[in-house]
Amino acid sequence: MAVVEAVVQRLRAVPGACLPILHAIQDELGFVPHDAVERIADGLNLSRAEVHGVLTFYHDFRTAPPGRTIVKLCRAEACQARGCTALERRLHDHHGIAMGATSADAAITLEPVYCLGNCALGPSALVDGKLVGRLDAARVDALVQAARGKRGKA
Amino acid sequence: MSSIVYVPSDSAALSVGADDVAAAIARHAAAQELDVRIVRNGSRGMLWLEPLVEVATPAGRIAYGPVAAADVPGLFAAGFLQGGAHALRHGVTGAIPFLQRQTRLVFARVGVTDPLSLEDYKANGGLVALQKALATAPAAIVEEVVTSGLRGRGGAGFPAGIKWRTVLGATADQKYIACNADEGDSGTFSDRMVMEGDPFVLLEGMAIAGLAVGATEGYVYLRSEYPDAKRTLLAAIERACAAGWLGQNVLGSGKRFFVHVRLGAGAYICGEETAMLESLEGKRGIVRAKPPLPALQGLWGKPTVVNNVMTLASVPWIVAHGGAAYAAHGVGRSKGTLPFQLAGNVKHGGLVEVPFGITLRELLYDYGGGTASGRPIKAVQVGGPLGAYLPASKFDLVLDYEAFAQGGGMIGHGGLVVFDDTVDMRAMARYAMEFCVVESCGKCTPCRIGSTRGVEVIDRMAGPQRPVQEKLLRELCDTMANASLCAMGGLTPMPVLSALDHFPEDFRRS
Ligand SMILES: Cc1cc2nc3c(=O)[nH]c(=O)nc-3n(C[C@H](O)[C@H](O)[C@H](O)COP(=O)(O)O)c2cc1C
Ligand code: SF4
Ligand code: FES
Repeated sequence: MAVVEAVVQRLRAVPGACLPILHAIQDELGFVPHDAVERIADGLNLSRAEVHGVLTFYHDFRTAPPGRTIVKLCRAEACQARGCTALERRLHDHHGIAMGATSADAAITLEPVYCLGNCALGPSALVDGKLVGRLDAARVDALVQAARGKRGKA
Repeated sequence: MSSIVYVPSDSAALSVGADDVAAAIARHAAAQELDVRIVRNGSRGMLWLEPLVEVATPAGRIAYGPVAAADVPGLFAAGFLQGGAHALRHGVTGAIPFLQRQTRLVFARVGVTDPLSLEDYKANGGLVALQKALATAPAAIVEEVVTSGLRGRGGAGFPAGIKWRTVLGATADQKYIACNADEGDSGTFSDRMVMEGDPFVLLEGMAIAGLAVGATEGYVYLRSEYPDAKRTLLAAIERACAAGWLGQNVLGSGKRFFVHVRLGAGAYICGEETAMLESLEGKRGIVRAKPPLPALQGLWGKPTVVNNVMTLASVPWIVAHGGAAYAAHGVGRSKGTLPFQLAGNVKHGGLVEVPFGITLRELLYDYGGGTASGRPIKAVQVGGPLGAYLPASKFDLVLDYEAFAQGGGMIGHGGLVVFDDTVDMRAMARYAMEFCVVESCGKCTPCRIGSTRGVEVIDRMAGPQRPVQEKLLRELCDTMANASLCAMGGLTPMPVLSALDHFPEDFRRS
């Protein structure tokens, strides 16, 4: 909660601070913890319902801790034209990773995203914030393997 | 003398290994004790050639691509620093037909310069317009933009100058420039390429807009899916402020203009201007009813210019060269150039800035070279997820806002997504409805509930009740088109019905 408190203090004077605060908390913690809502509401003089409303409206925000690697796989039309649907299926069927979920070993969180602006070089994904293009089955397999090889934080 | 090598830092290039290539070049140069200076430029927009490496030679910049890190030793061996022959060599970059045939007004510097170099920007025509605007009466700047015929590039095509006139005419203690950098449409990346490849042109355009309408604060609403653009934009703002281009005293004029960047959070609807304003205010991105127009009551209730990145980035060229010079390009009421974006299953994907008036066929085949898979093109979706799917019989349509709309299409933000003959158009129609389910702001029923119903109905069309379900789908689309508050629900029928009308055979398969 110290993180949340510090973020709220730092950003509360920014006009329209709620969204920047939620972003900053997620940047630091990987998600927005449940009890952050009350702290933000207090800090911004908003109701808890208002903050909760913002938190749940936007696809970006998570309310549970993600896996060690976050993969945002593009599902939009141009990536579909280049084969992203087969990759989503491969992640599911071959690697046991479902869209919108965290793998059982907590190695990977797979999230849908609708266009990354890399539509001529798809299929594309953001892997821990880094854009990767020209994905194919082999690259997806390698990516999963690398993520599973990554040691958990002690 | 040192050799200059260009390796793009555009995120499309980074996505296919540009950083590794730059590192390999640096390593080899060091090992061979060669004096090489690596410049990280934007992308030239020939994306199928990325990473596209260029070398400065007396004959001009020579292009090599797509270069993998593993190709680097071979390139050195071939003497690429002197422009030597190699299988990946494409000759002088500017002479590559894809680039040579374009009319790059807005994208003139993108891929050419170092995006964050103030010197490069000034040496290549930057700041001329801002200086001119500082010496011009606000109303005269607005009229120049009116004369240019520039229309909003975010999708709706509303004349920018007319919008500016309204904001200039409004009286308020504070006005805002809100740049829409949400670029949510699949198949589009021109906003991203400018923000990453020539960010100062956007800042200059925003500052001119501020001078023209009397706004001292600018906001860029940037989608969170663009982390590289965010970094570049923030760095550019910092440098522009340090150099006195922005801030308390713009170019020593005594006038103020500040730019802030705010991140979206993965909601497509926040590209709709009133939802964007709500989001900028820190709230849920729920669409506002209009009126009041944002031009009169926009951000925090103040008069606000909401313009797309491309709209604002076109302004410096217009002010520097005159509105009439811009209006000399294009056709009909579609003046100037549009940076079209070739995406999806296309052989030569990338950015094509040309005057309005080009046909779809020219873009798809002369520039795009057909599909990447080598199979026939079956459909093209133009104008993003709310745009129509067009079959080959429509490829001679001219890209002009009015003519294209008359032909059943929508230019939108200029994205073309190409599909080959393996695509199942019923699946694409279903996806359009599904996308509306995911992205609806929820304010009105036809959009929120209708899209969920639409998915179900399309699924049932696979069964024996197809004729009944098709009738239901058409009625549903009619309701969505006529009773939705904004174009999200209102235009979702476009991709759905165009798929149904042009590719009925795909809906007949079970
Ligand atoms: C669902 C929806 C999504 C939109 N997304 C964008 C977008 O991502 N970027 C954009 O500039 N305009 C978008 N627009 C258009 C804006 O509402 C608005 O027309 C535009 O920002 C005005 O700027 P312009 O006149 O310079 O185009 C969208 C509209 C709708 C209905
Ligand atoms: S049409 Fe959809 S997105 Fe637009 S206001 Fe209605 S519910 Fe919201
Ligand atoms: S559609 Fe996937 S990056 Fe644009």
